[in-house]
Amino acid sequence: MVLQETEETPAILYIDLHLIHEVTTPQAFQSLRDQGFSVRDPNKVLATMDHSTPTLPVKSLRDLDIVAEKGPADQIRDMIRNCEEFGIELHGFDSDKRGIVHVIGPELGATQPGKTIVCGDSHTSTHGAFGALAFGIGTTEVGHVLASQCLLQRKPRTLAVNMNGALKSGVSAKDIILRIIQKLGVDGGVGHVIEYRGSTASILSLEERMTICNMSIEAGARAGMFAPDDKTFNYLIDKPMSPKGLAWDQAVEKWSTLVSDDNCEFDKEIDIDVDHLSPMITYGTNPGMAIQIDDIVPESNSDLGYKKSLNYMQIEAGRPLLGKEIDVVFIGSCTNSRISDLEDAAEILQGQKVANGIRALIVPGSQAVKKEAESLGLDKIFESAGAEWRESGCSMCLGMNGDTVGNGQLAVSTSNRNFEGRQGKGARTILASPKTAAASAIAGSVEDPRKYS
Amino acid sequence: MEKIIQFSSKTVVLAVNDIDTDQIIPARYLTVTTKDGLGEGLFADWRFDESGEKVEEFPLNQEKSSGCSILVAGSNFGCGSSREHAPWALVDYGFKAILSTSFADIFKNNALKNGLLPLSISKEFHRMLIENEGTEITISLEKMTIESSNGMTETFDLEPFSRYCLMNGVDQLGFIMKHEDQINAFENKG
Repeated sequence: MVLQETEETPAILYIDLHLIHEVTTPQAFQSLRDQGFSVRDPNKVLATMDHSTPTLPVKSLRDLDIVAEKGPADQIRDMIRNCEEFGIELHGFDSDKRGIVHVIGPELGATQPGKTIVCGDSHTSTHGAFGALAFGIGTTEVGHVLASQCLLQRKPRTLAVNMNGALKSGVSAKDIILRIIQKLGVDGGVGHVIEYRGSTASILSLEERMTICNMSIEAGARAGMFAPDDKTFNYLIDKPMSPKGLAWDQAVEKWSTLVSDDNCEFDKEIDIDVDHLSPMITYGTNPGMAIQIDDIVPESNSDLGYKKSLNYMQIEAGRPLLGKEIDVVFIGSCTNSRISDLEDAAEILQGQKVANGIRALIVPGSQAVKKEAESLGLDKIFESAGAEWRESGCSMCLGMNGDTVGNGQLAVSTSNRNFEGRQGKGARTILASPKTAAASAIAGSVEDPRKYS
Repeated sequence: MEKIIQFSSKTVVLAVNDIDTDQIIPARYLTVTTKDGLGEGLFADWRFDESGEKVEEFPLNQEKSSGCSILVAGSNFGCGSSREHAPWALVDYGFKAILSTSFADIFKNNALKNGLLPLSISKEFHRMLIENEGTEITISLEKMTIESSNGMTETFDLEPFSRYCLMNGVDQLGFIMKHEDQINAFENKG
């Protein structure tokens, strides 16, 4: 903290790691140019290309013009130019470290407990899985951080999510967070930072914790976090940017203190029963409109827009979603594109076929995840099942890189937003775990993954 | 930046809760490198049908809403993606204020940095505005009030520093840069 907040002015918070990508930075770099500022510390910036970047193979800028439309291609060129001009290392097309910004941060060990981490992307909350304070900012603030390495902030309120019990077979971390958002509502976390706690917290792997923290923003929370523990340290110990030798021991000693006090009080608390959790799916046009996979879609409530939402989805209240025919399955995004997510999908798709007429797209979160998946033979499992296997990127999560769900088509997607048209104009989205998505791909309709476990 | 003290306009109403930034401006309009002309993409999939024709019943397309600079919307306005293209599009289209019972955090932050007022109002005042589209209202940042032509007055809260910057046309980065010595000291402390 550079400066404490007062009634008149917010705190000046020092930012330890700034993640940037091609979509929310061009105007920030331009404002630096306009005001004659440089980037204060290029070494604290981690730059990649993921959002508007195609997932078809691109080896050179000439390939890019063939694969991508003009807008995205220009944006990518702009990113390359900006990083060169301001002295920032960019993990571009030729880098084996490229990938979705929230996948590569942890993978490289840039994400560490206790760090303040920001990015012009709301899913920056992902990094809270390591006990970092990580949240999304707008482009003006991206400019502030580039120029000053600082951000103006008011202290947030605190929210405890107490999770108890262990996941049953066929149920995943994705189902936990969908249940949390259903319970909190899409604005239940506004103004708060969530701490995920309880007996479940210590059992979950770092990748599972990332899936949960990732969607904190879908409950309106700025950030979500888990207390760092031995699992966190074991994840980070061999990562390229992690401290080494004596510095590692000192870091672990410091990180071990980053836990809430036993008797601390939160502004708000909720409890989640993980023992009795079933796979969750969404039926509406925000992530809070979720049900257990074998439940029926609730009757309309008084919420402004509920009917509009179901009309858009062409889904009827009072009926189950299980068995509803789908068109597309997407497995990927910063929520569910890590190696354990792909392993979950592969376990179900092994020796099976994607149903006739279903397009199944599987997109690894980073080039490193892609390489690991291929070394495990997962790509072969996916391809023999009839799914497409791509280069890393945000892909179909947000429909701005060439990968979209068609107008009117219904997708089961492991991404984080089922907003109207999120995956493409007129696209309809059911959010689910990789297990549910894989099971649905085989069935050609919404399917319970417990059938395969 | 332009100073904002007081302004008046009729309202246009979008009575939908949880309007996310993907609706405010769909991702396909985000493949740009400037802020110019984003108003074109504002509520694009609600304003236009599949053939690109205006959807007549959509509030922004109606004759009476032409020139309105105040939008009244449902709760949790601006949830979802952090894209600042959302306030850029609203401002480019001509909006100066959004009135709702609540806002998503990142949207609120982004709006305040672009001279767009995200004002949280009481449920009663909100209901009155939803039921009376086209109400003429005056927003005063100085008095922190919203006065409606039917005689109702609502007060609102605004984060004091943002209010100061808006009323004086000051960029927030200047405040951070004034503390460069402290930033240096913080970095040297390690």
